[in-house]
Amino acid sequence: MNEHELRGLIDSVKIGRMSRRGFVRRMVAVGLTAPMATQLLAYSGVAMAQAKSTYKPTKRGGGGLLKVLWWQGPTLLNPHFAVGTKDQDGSRLFYEPLANWDRDGEMKPVLAASIPNREDGTLAADGKSVTWKLKQGVKWHDGKPFTADDVVFNWEYSKDPATAAVTVANYKDVVVKKVDDYTVRVEFPKPTPFWANAFVGTQGMIIPKHLFADYMGAKSREAPTNLKPVGTGPYMFKDFKPGDMVAGVINPNYHTANKPYFDAVEMKGGGDAVSAARAVLQTGEYDFAWNMQVEDEILLRLEKSGKGHCVISPGGNIEHIQLNTTDPWTEVDGERAALKTKHPTLSDPAVRQALTMLVDKNSVQKFIYGRTGIATANFVNNPEKFNSKNTKFEFNVDKAADLLEKAGWKKGADGIREKGGKKLKFVFQTSINQPRQKTQAIIKQACQKAGIDIEVKAVTASVFFSSDVANPDTYPHFYCDLQMYTTTMTQPDPELFMNQFCSWEAATKANKWQGRNITRWQSKEYDDNYKAGQNELDPVKRAAIFIKANDLVIANQVVIPVVARPGVAAVSSKLKANLSGWDNNTWDIESWYKEG
Amino acid sequence: MSRQYVIRRLLVMIPSLLGISIILFCVLALAPGDPFADLAANPAIPPEVAASLRAKFGLDDPVWMRYMHWITAMAQGDWGFSFASRIDVDQLILQRLPTTLMVIGAAQLLAIAVALPVGVLAGTRPYSIFDQIANTLAFVGFSLPTFFTGLLLILVFSIHLEWLPMVYRADLASTGWTWLWEQFRQSIMPVMVLGLFQGASLVRYVRSAVLDVVRLDYVTTARSKGIGERRVITRHVVRTALIPVVTLVALQMPIIFGGALVTEQIFRVPGIGSLLISAMLANDTPVVMAVTFVLACLVVLFNFIADVLYGWLDPRISYR
Repeated sequence: MNEHELRGLIDSVKIGRMSRRGFVRRMVAVGLTAPMATQLLAYSGVAMAQAKSTYKPTKRGGGGLLKVLWWQGPTLLNPHFAVGTKDQDGSRLFYEPLANWDRDGEMKPVLAASIPNREDGTLAADGKSVTWKLKQGVKWHDGKPFTADDVVFNWEYSKDPATAAVTVANYKDVVVKKVDDYTVRVEFPKPTPFWANAFVGTQGMIIPKHLFADYMGAKSREAPTNLKPVGTGPYMFKDFKPGDMVAGVINPNYHTANKPYFDAVEMKGGGDAVSAARAVLQTGEYDFAWNMQVEDEILLRLEKSGKGHCVISPGGNIEHIQLNTTDPWTEVDGERAALKTKHPTLSDPAVRQALTMLVDKNSVQKFIYGRTGIATANFVNNPEKFNSKNTKFEFNVDKAADLLEKAGWKKGADGIREKGGKKLKFVFQTSINQPRQKTQAIIKQACQKAGIDIEVKAVTASVFFSSDVANPDTYPHFYCDLQMYTTTMTQPDPELFMNQFCSWEAATKANKWQGRNITRWQSKEYDDNYKAGQNELDPVKRAAIFIKANDLVIANQVVIPVVARPGVAAVSSKLKANLSGWDNNTWDIESWYKEG
Repeated sequence: MSRQYVIRRLLVMIPSLLGISIILFCVLALAPGDPFADLAANPAIPPEVAASLRAKFGLDDPVWMRYMHWITAMAQGDWGFSFASRIDVDQLILQRLPTTLMVIGAAQLLAIAVALPVGVLAGTRPYSIFDQIANTLAFVGFSLPTFFTGLLLILVFSIHLEWLPMVYRADLASTGWTWLWEQFRQSIMPVMVLGLFQGASLVRYVRSAVLDVVRLDYVTTARSKGIGERRVITRHVVRTALIPVVTLVALQMPIIFGGALVTEQIFRVPGIGSLLISAMLANDTPVVMAVTFVLACLVVLFNFIADVLYGWLDPRISYR
């Protein structure tokens, strides 16, 4: 899809020929995120849609205790230190951002009075600033008013490197200015098409200035409020035991009428995913459980008890196979898989192409992941409607064998294809995790039929995913031919996500394998395209560039996408909860309620 | 037993604890894993943040320097702070300790309450039907691992019968009798699992101790004096037989803490064990170090208590 076609689509949304949702799906299908798609529309003058509220309770409170299970409990409650989703989800009970991302990637205001847009000029035409109008009359839990000073403070707090905030990337390059007590302006050093990183979504939660002002920088760890959050959220802090439990009580002065419904909330941690699923789906002891990394077969069986069901929210996570472009078996200057080398067999496009045909994604979905992993041809995300039309992935052993045969890879006496003395033998590694080992087996079997020998290898997750420089078995070292894991897309804007294929990001010994380009793929075309995207002011053109980036990755078989991994939560049948794959699990906790 | 002996034993504990701490620290330093792996894998977080955190927390120093820092701080009562939650470690442990002590204490009481009468009865009537049954059950009891019996109990009592909750909550909102009742209901399964496992092996010890004593001449003398059988058993046999059992119970205390690890994880009991497991999963070295060191201290301490108790209970044994 090029820029021209993209503009055509946006115009059809404008005149109402295409639905917003249809457009978003279409964008997702070509490798953009839903939030990015809605931002495109906003830039083109199509305001964000306001989803109709389905919230039924007509008064605040009265819902009793909401019991939710996070099998890894939150360990800290300062959103600027929240490393994992568990911490962000826990913090979100008490703290709120200016705006959220809903299931369709639409932005919903929380502490903002409205979403910035082109019509009233809050979104600058040159893309260099965005002005947020804050909701008035919002109070912190201790009664102090929430104002523009708090918002500005969060920027100062986070951008200070000594604070060591994990949100620093959102704030370090921008300037936040107070316009008046209820208006702030975020200014960008250069035109920024994606303007909603600061103060929005998972990393956008805002902490009160009056309680943190004395604890900026190096003293950040000592703030007593780190452990006893005081926010603007629907629940007020009651108790916190790191890793075990977070408890909150209703905020009687919450800024939205009739919300929240529950009088108290308890987030319990610990245990494992399967027993958490049981506690919701089978015994009904709990109302909600997070991150059900459980085989679909088990989930289906538990659901039969009728006490609850699973809710699937599409997001940006994808299980994929990486093909090494360098030679992992030759040591050069003290490192294997060095950039100077070339993979002896995988560098042949025919071999790469054959491999993509040997991954039986449909079987992987059908027999292993079920609803929790959807076969996909794209590197970025899970397209629902347009998948089959736009992209082709096929599983065809004969065709793969044929392709190899034509490229001169002939079967030897042992049934393994070879050419010029080089055999098609690959070591395929992943972390120890039952679905992954099953997937490995399916791929190994298909490859065997086509004359490719696969040696499977499984590494303990704590080693595989560590950044240990000395350990050769970590995924950034990639000291083997193929490897498989899930990459997570934490930001709605693809720019950061897609830098993992840029030449300069290659993981090497020199950068202690911290580079993000694990496959070490080197492509001038991709680099140039990416750089063009970074400097492109026009959001539509920029979107087209990122779509091309995704196409390049797939067309060159740098990686083979296997299944998209949507978020899976277990929800009791009485509980009505809105979930979103683009934001925290608890992004809309103020609107959760029970029925019947 | 002399005072000198006690003092000497106490002094010997210091080098052994030091040795243990060095070994623990080295093993943890050599183990794979990185507390900031999550940060490194997240493209939204610049590598400088992870680097500055590493520098701030002193992770880039050589192992021996980190150990010196740790031991000097520890000697001054500073246990360091958790990387994952940035809270002081002693605070984290204190938060979890009451729950663990409650569950383990109750389990130990249950174990003794079951093992004593059963063991004594079995020991005084060796090879009777009762003895055979008690023996068989004891074997079954300590052969089944706690994670198995725990899951079994959950399956039966929580899922099929729906009598008991499967998740342990440390912060029950109710008060008074309802609190007690809810606390009782949620404690039954973890306490049973731990207590019966412990009790099973204790039965065997009590039985053999009683068997040893019951044949001694002084027991025959007591019987021939015409004292009733019941009094012979309670006054003469059990009293002597319990001497080795008491030391065994003391020696077993640290083992229970170990067994509690698994049980706490299964029932989501927020005790020291689940703290240790989650800290290990998060590569939160200061917490792992502190908890394992506390457990090591317990082993050493209870060994000492057992030795002292033994000499005090049985004056025939003298220490020099």
